[in-house]
Amino acid sequence: MQGIEVLFMGNNMLRLLDGLWVTLRLSLISIGLSLVIGVVVGAVMLVKNPVVKAICRVYIEIVRIMPQLVWLFIIFFGITKLTGINLNGEMAAVIMLTIWGASEVGDLVRAAFTAIPKHQFESGLSLGLTRVQLYTYVIFPQAIRGLVPDIINLSTRMIKTTALVSLIGVTEVLKVGKQIIDANRFDYPNAALWVYAAIFLMYFLICFPLSLLSRKLTKKRGE
Amino acid sequence: MNMAEHIIDINHLVKRFGDNIILNDLSLSVSKGEVVVLIGPSGCGKSTLLRCLNGLEPIQGGTVMLHGEPVEHGKASLYNIRQKIGMVFQSYDLFPHMTVLKNITLSPLKVQNRSREEVTENAMALLKRVGLEDKANSYPSELSGGQKQRVAIVRSLIMNPDIMLLDEITAALDPEMVHEVLNVVLGLANSGTTMMIVTHEMAFAEAVADRVVFLDGGVIVEEGAPKEFFHDPKTERAQRFLKTFTYSR
Repeated sequence: MQGIEVLFMGNNMLRLLDGLWVTLRLSLISIGLSLVIGVVVGAVMLVKNPVVKAICRVYIEIVRIMPQLVWLFIIFFGITKLTGINLNGEMAAVIMLTIWGASEVGDLVRAAFTAIPKHQFESGLSLGLTRVQLYTYVIFPQAIRGLVPDIINLSTRMIKTTALVSLIGVTEVLKVGKQIIDANRFDYPNAALWVYAAIFLMYFLICFPLSLLSRKLTKKRGE
Repeated sequence: MNMAEHIIDINHLVKRFGDNIILNDLSLSVSKGEVVVLIGPSGCGKSTLLRCLNGLEPIQGGTVMLHGEPVEHGKASLYNIRQKIGMVFQSYDLFPHMTVLKNITLSPLKVQNRSREEVTENAMALLKRVGLEDKANSYPSELSGGQKQRVAIVRSLIMNPDIMLLDEITAALDPEMVHEVLNVVLGLANSGTTMMIVTHEMAFAEAVADRVVFLDGGVIVEEGAPKEFFHDPKTERAQRFLKTFTYSR
């Protein structure tokens, strides 16, 4: 029972929250970059050229097939080895998360546009709308409506995936937790339970509202 | 029929999909105020013909004219021409993220730059005419198929088109909703709206048409007044086609 005290000893809670901030900062930067690059990837995938399509497909599948951890190691150790540039852990983390996120966003963008029935385009055109008006008032609003819940879902997955970066020495929330547990191993042997419970709660408090929001928006989309 | 002004002139229209000839040297004119019903077996090219009239399909030969102006797929002039051609599709195709009123007013506001006040008033009057004035602020997902199709008709009508093209507008509807939609179309016909209608509702075709055009294999096989066509078809192919709508043991 006394393990819970560890959480409130010294500045442990503050350190955990600091770690959580690292997690969130990495996630937010990566999600932002993924959105920007992913929209470009998605737009490129909608091009009719089969070669361009195939290249995008290969990129997306390769990123999907390989575990994110492998990507992280390739980027963190591989780039340093190849180029001699000394990437810090956070930078490597952002690069890995963005390569992965952009491929997922790209596929979502592609899917959101291909999901819009051909007749939406035709009925818009037959009303005399120009291409620009058609996309502004009819196509983009529908595609974005379709995209938002999926992007939020992806965001929660990216937030959770940042836990991997503790393995390349970035002190995000999980790493801080481990440090606290290790420091108190002898005095409070069951501290691990409490620390991990606290981390669980932190992830939950961030991801669950996002999950709810996404579910609500998905339901709205289904109407 | 007097020599009324032509709204649509189709001359020697050829439409191919690859090697497949859909419309083969087809010529047809529609006069102002006339209701032309296109019928024929599925795949005969009726819907494709309507799509060519609105420039939704590139054509491989001949011309389509609206008031003497050529309708050309992919040309900038098409945007002006399409404002004068109302088209309603089988699947309604209302914009799902907009209310009924927004669906109707989008095009007159953005394309025709009419005032919001005038357009809204116009929209409400038209909605009233089709019995849906209480649905102005509903979303399409809250409407039945028949209601959606009536909104789609209003959405085209508000542009004050020279001609309405109706492409199997009741084909996706439950039988009891077909009636409410076709009644709206009959109302339009009575008020002198020029229309080209593709339909499989033969009783309706007979009631609404000034002229029936029977298409098969991409050509006009027979055309004439509805009474004659339905009760005394001249060609063997039309006779055979009309037989498929009657049953006997």
